[in-house]
Amino acid sequence: MAITSQPSADGQELTIQVQGRFDFGAHQEFRNAYERVNVTPRRYVVDLKDATYLDSSALGMLLLLRDHAGGDDAQIRLVNCSPDVRKILAISNFEQLFQIA
Amino acid sequence: MPQRLSILIAEDSAADRMLLSTIVSRQGHRVLTAANGMEAVALFQQEHPRMVLMDALMPVMDGFEAARRIKQLAGDELVPIIFLTSLSENDALVRCLEAGGDDFLSKPYNGVILDAKIKAMDRLRRLQDTVLKQRDLIARHNEHLMTEQRVAKAVFDKVAHSGCLSAPNIRYLQSPFALFNGDLLLAAFKPSGGMHILLGDFTGHGLPAAIGAMPLAEVFYGMTAKGYSLVDILREMNAKLKRILPVGVFCCATLLNLSFQRRVVEVWNGGLPDGYIRRAGSQERIALVSRHLPLGVLDPEAFDDKYEIYPLEVGDRIFLLSDGVLEARNRADELFGEARLQAVFDANREPGRLFDEIQQALAAFRGEAQDDVSMVEVSLVEDNALVRPPLAFANSAQGSPLDWSASFEFRAETLKHFNPLPFLLQLLLEVRGLRLQAGALYTVLAELYSNALEHGVLGLDSSLKRDAEGFALYYRERTKRLAGLQDGYVRFHLDLIQEIGGGRLIVRVEDSGEGFDVSRVLNQQQVAGCLSGRGLALVRRLAERCTWLSDGRGVSVEFSWAAQA
Repeated sequence: MAITSQPSADGQELTIQVQGRFDFGAHQEFRNAYERVNVTPRRYVVDLKDATYLDSSALGMLLLLRDHAGGDDAQIRLVNCSPDVRKILAISNFEQLFQIA
Repeated sequence: MPQRLSILIAEDSAADRMLLSTIVSRQGHRVLTAANGMEAVALFQQEHPRMVLMDALMPVMDGFEAARRIKQLAGDELVPIIFLTSLSENDALVRCLEAGGDDFLSKPYNGVILDAKIKAMDRLRRLQDTVLKQRDLIARHNEHLMTEQRVAKAVFDKVAHSGCLSAPNIRYLQSPFALFNGDLLLAAFKPSGGMHILLGDFTGHGLPAAIGAMPLAEVFYGMTAKGYSLVDILREMNAKLKRILPVGVFCCATLLNLSFQRRVVEVWNGGLPDGYIRRAGSQERIALVSRHLPLGVLDPEAFDDKYEIYPLEVGDRIFLLSDGVLEARNRADELFGEARLQAVFDANREPGRLFDEIQQALAAFRGEAQDDVSMVEVSLVEDNALVRPPLAFANSAQGSPLDWSASFEFRAETLKHFNPLPFLLQLLLEVRGLRLQAGALYTVLAELYSNALEHGVLGLDSSLKRDAEGFALYYRERTKRLAGLQDGYVRFHLDLIQEIGGGRLIVRVEDSGEGFDVSRVLNQQQVAGCLSGRGLALVRRLAERCTWLSDGRGVSVEFSWAAQA
C-alpha cells in the first residue's frame, strides 16, 4: 500500500494517488496525504488507477476527506476507477457526493 | 552497564572450576558451582541461575543429560547453556547443541572470550524475556478483549434478538460475532401484524463497527412497536446515526416493510448489494437495488426516503445479503462475486433449497466455513401462519380513560409529511380494554386511513392495481399527487363509551373526496386474484361493526370489549 499526494503547480488542486488495496490499513497514510501538505487546495483528485481493491472503510476515508475539504462544498473527483471500484462506489451511491470518472 | 547475573558452573575438575569461578566472579557475577550433572540440575532447581557453563564430560551425569533436563525445567524461559569442552570433533560439538546447548567455549579458557560470550548470551536471554512478556501481555489483552466482546454481545443480543428472527418465515445466517464484523440483522412485528426487517453493515470492523448497532436497534424496535412507518423509522435512524457517529462511519442497510395482509413489501436499500425477490410461481427474480447513500451519511434535510413497493404472493421469497457474500475469497484470492451468486439462483429448482444452495456454494468456493457473511431469507406466508407475541405495554399506574371523545382533522400539508397513525394508536392504547385488540385496531385504522387518503383525498382508483405494472403506476401516481396536494382533509372522530361490563370504541373516518358507490365497490372486490381491494374485506373481518355513510365519503367502525375480571 502506497499513497502519495502531489499538489498542482498553482497549488489549487491536490492529487492523491492510491496504490494497492485501499482498505482500513491505509487509514493513516490516506489522512497524511491530505493533512500533511503545505498547500490549501480548492479541489481534490483521488486517482484510483492502481487501487486493486476498495472496501467500506475506504468509503469512510473518502467521506473523511470530503469533510476535510469542506463537506457539501467539497470538490473531489475520483478518477481512473476500474469497473470493480466503480461498482462498489455505485452500490453506495457515492456519485451523489463525489464526481466519479 | 552489564547486569549482575547468577551463573552456574558445572565442572568436575576442581582446578578448572576454581579458575572459571574466579574469572566469572571477577566480572561481577554471582557464581554457583556443581561437580557433576546431577548436582547441576539440583542447584538449578534450587537457585534458578540465569545462565549455565557446562562441562560436557562429567561423572554421575554428563553435561548432555544435565543440559536436556535444565532446558526442560526452564520451559519457555531462555537459560543459555555454554558448553565447556576440549572436544573438537564435529559430531561431539553437534551433540552439545542437540542437547540444548547454545554455544561452546573451548579449553583452555580465555577470560576475554568468556566475558564476551556471557554478554552475548545475556542479550539473547533478555530478548527472549521481552518476547515472552509481550506474548503474555498480548494474550492477556486478547483474553480481556474477548471477555468484553462476550459481555457486549450478551447485552446486544438482548436488544437485537428481542425481535422475531425466529419467526417461521425467516431463515438467516450470521456469525456469532457478526456484531464485531459490523453486521446487524433485526426483525420485528408491527402492531398491524406485518413485519419490519433490517439488514445492516457498518463500516469497518471491531468495536467501532459495533458501536452504532445498539442505537440503531433501539430505534428500529421502539418505533416499529409504536406503529411508525418505514419512512419515519428510516429518517430517525439516519438522523441518529448522523448525529452520533464520526464522519466516515456509516451503515449500509436494507429495510423491508412486509405486509402479509396486503401482500406487499416496501423496500429501501442504501449501500447494500442487490437483494432479490424470488417469485414462487414464475421463478422470476427482481433485484432490490441500492438507490441511496448509506444511513448516517446525509444530513436529515438531504436524506432521501423514497422506497419501492412490490406486490407479493404467498410463497414469494426475499433474499438480502451483506457484501461478505460477494466478497468471499477463495485460495486463489478470487472474489465469489455477483456472477457466481446469479448462477446459484439460475441453477435452483426447488425454492425451499435456495438458501442452503447459496450457503453450500460459498463453502465450496472458500473451502472453509464462512464467518463474516450475513444473509436472510423472508417468505411471504398466509397471514394466519404466524403467531405474534402479545404487544408489550408499559403499564402506567393511572386508571384507564373510559369515557371521552375526540376529533382530528389532518389537512393537506400534514397529510404530505405526517403519519397520524402512531399518534392515534398511542392515544387509543391508553384504554386497557383495547390493548388486546391492538393489532386489529391498528390494521383497521391503517386501512381506513390509506383508503381515505388514496381514494378519497387523492382520488386514486384502486382498480389500477390489477396487475404488477398497474401496481407500480398506482404508487408512482400516489407519490406525485401527494406531493402536489393543495387542499383536502382526513378526519378521525373517536368516541369512547362506557358500557355495563366493558366499553365500546366508535371510529368514524371521513375524507374530502368525492365519495364512492359503496355497493358497487364491495361487489367488485370479490373478484379473486385481484391485487387491489384486500383492504375493505379486511376491515369488515376485523372490526365488529362496519358501516359506510351513504355518500361513500365516510365510514364508521366499532370495537367493543368486556371488562377483565
